[in-house]
Amino acid sequence: MTVMLAVVRRIGFYVAIGFATAFFAIPLLWLLSAPFDDPPTYAVRLPRHFSVENFAEIARNRYAVPALVNSLLLAIGTMAVVVAAAALAAYALSRVRVPGRDALLYVLLLLSSVVTGTAAMVPIFLLMFQLNLIDSRFGVVLVLSGGLLPAAIFLLKDFIDTIPRSYEESARVFGASPLQILRHIVVPVARPGLATIAVWTIVQVWGSFLTPFILLRDQGKQPAAVLVRTFYTEGGSPNLGLLAAFSLLYSIPVVVMYLLAWSRYGFRFHGGIKS
Amino acid sequence: MEAATAEPVGVVAPRATPTDVVGLGRRRALGFVAPAFALIGVFLIFPALWTLYIGATNFRLTGTAARSPDFVGLDNYRHALEDPSFYRSLWLTVIFVLGSAVIGQNGLGFALAWVLRGVRRWVRRSVETLVLLAWILPSSVVAFLWIAMLDRDGGTVNAVLGNTPGVAWLIEYPMAGIVVFNIWRGTAFSMMLYSAALSSVPPSQLETARLAGASDAQTLRDVVFPHIRRYALTNTLLITLWTFNDFTPFLITAGGPNHRSEILPVYLFNTAIIGGEMGYSGAISLIVLLINLVLALVYLRAGRRRPA
Repeated sequence: MTVMLAVVRRIGFYVAIGFATAFFAIPLLWLLSAPFDDPPTYAVRLPRHFSVENFAEIARNRYAVPALVNSLLLAIGTMAVVVAAAALAAYALSRVRVPGRDALLYVLLLLSSVVTGTAAMVPIFLLMFQLNLIDSRFGVVLVLSGGLLPAAIFLLKDFIDTIPRSYEESARVFGASPLQILRHIVVPVARPGLATIAVWTIVQVWGSFLTPFILLRDQGKQPAAVLVRTFYTEGGSPNLGLLAAFSLLYSIPVVVMYLLAWSRYGFRFHGGIKS
Repeated sequence: MEAATAEPVGVVAPRATPTDVVGLGRRRALGFVAPAFALIGVFLIFPALWTLYIGATNFRLTGTAARSPDFVGLDNYRHALEDPSFYRSLWLTVIFVLGSAVIGQNGLGFALAWVLRGVRRWVRRSVETLVLLAWILPSSVVAFLWIAMLDRDGGTVNAVLGNTPGVAWLIEYPMAGIVVFNIWRGTAFSMMLYSAALSSVPPSQLETARLAGASDAQTLRDVVFPHIRRYALTNTLLITLWTFNDFTPFLITAGGPNHRSEILPVYLFNTAIIGGEMGYSGAISLIVLLINLVLALVYLRAGRRRPA
């Protein structure tokens, strides 16, 4: 009797896992099959006619390739600003003691999780409106950088704190200037930390929707995140082939970067950092 | 001088070092932090403070109030508190946060973490990968995946249930739609956090419970729960904060049909960016900011009390 019960429980256990797996897998399967189907449907199914024609559609669309370039510009631009500004700030904060420094950093981190894209939508829009930075990709880079910097400085400072100061002290004895020390000693040693911040920033910006959505009106300047939505909301029935192929192409870099970070550093639990 | 400030969690303990080891100098150090602090000041702190002012004016995007907004004091807040559409939106937000985060992601995340301990490694890895994929893919892409799933005519859900003619899920049950979507989207975080938490439960205690003949429910309540209580609190606060600010449901229902899924982030967008009522939306923004601040402060307090 107890054996029967155990078997039933075991079966129930695997049925539950099966349901959970299906729940998570089925929506994702569309992203794998629809791009290769001609023509795809809303339903998840194996491609009826396997084809890569949908990817050729991307090249023919006026906005598709420019949107990917815009995503790249925003991601690289923000990454450059965040890494440079955060590295300078984190280094100075790590090496020079200022009263209340840690409390200040903590308050900034707190602020960056309180002043979210949603909460700051109105003032940010008005600010950019008055600065004449609506429709400026550079403006979007600045806004995104402001939001990501506190966490970046916080993480980098923790990292730089663990680097021994003796190298810098000896370099100083030999007459190196602080900028030389930063460039030739600190940056090479801190490279893994800088790389983590760079990848993290790119992933955040690549997927971000709200900020570019409200600040960029010109379709030629919008990133892929916004264009994907345009593909399925703009008049009539959407071109599913184009939408599917473009979505897949746009998603791949994020997945690749996660895999890269995962294999290199293991799964790091950045609790509270993913905004 | 370090001791003067409360020592926050996660900050490396101060070492006994002189104030300036590498001879950076106060002035140069200031130059180093200036670019970052300028950006944070202009694009994070100033907007938050400016919201106070915007919410107290009749700022509009078009018309005379656009050129010279008048100071209207607390009128916008009075208006919000009398506005049924604000209350409806607040109520929908409560349902969304409770249903999809506090109950949904928390519950499913814990269940997955608990169940996956006992399965083969490859099963565990595969399920975790799927759950994580739902979390990392760009929001505008996953939003369409669910629009397709729930489509009336060609959607997979109707096909599986054999509904002909199909149910237009997002029109008939828009709130349920975005709640299920957000459970799917965000469970990964809770799952990862709870699997880390569960590894802190001593195996010997679980073994003792098993030998004593405790049922699963008893084991969970008396052995597991005391160990993960603090994690559960931390997790709940974080996912509440994120879900409360989540704009992704806009991509699925845009607040419709007829405002029936217009949670606060979408309401803000519709009144501010579409409607152009900046003053009124500024007041709502301040309310959102204050709720965020309360959640974040409770989170910090909860974190600080955790034994190191």
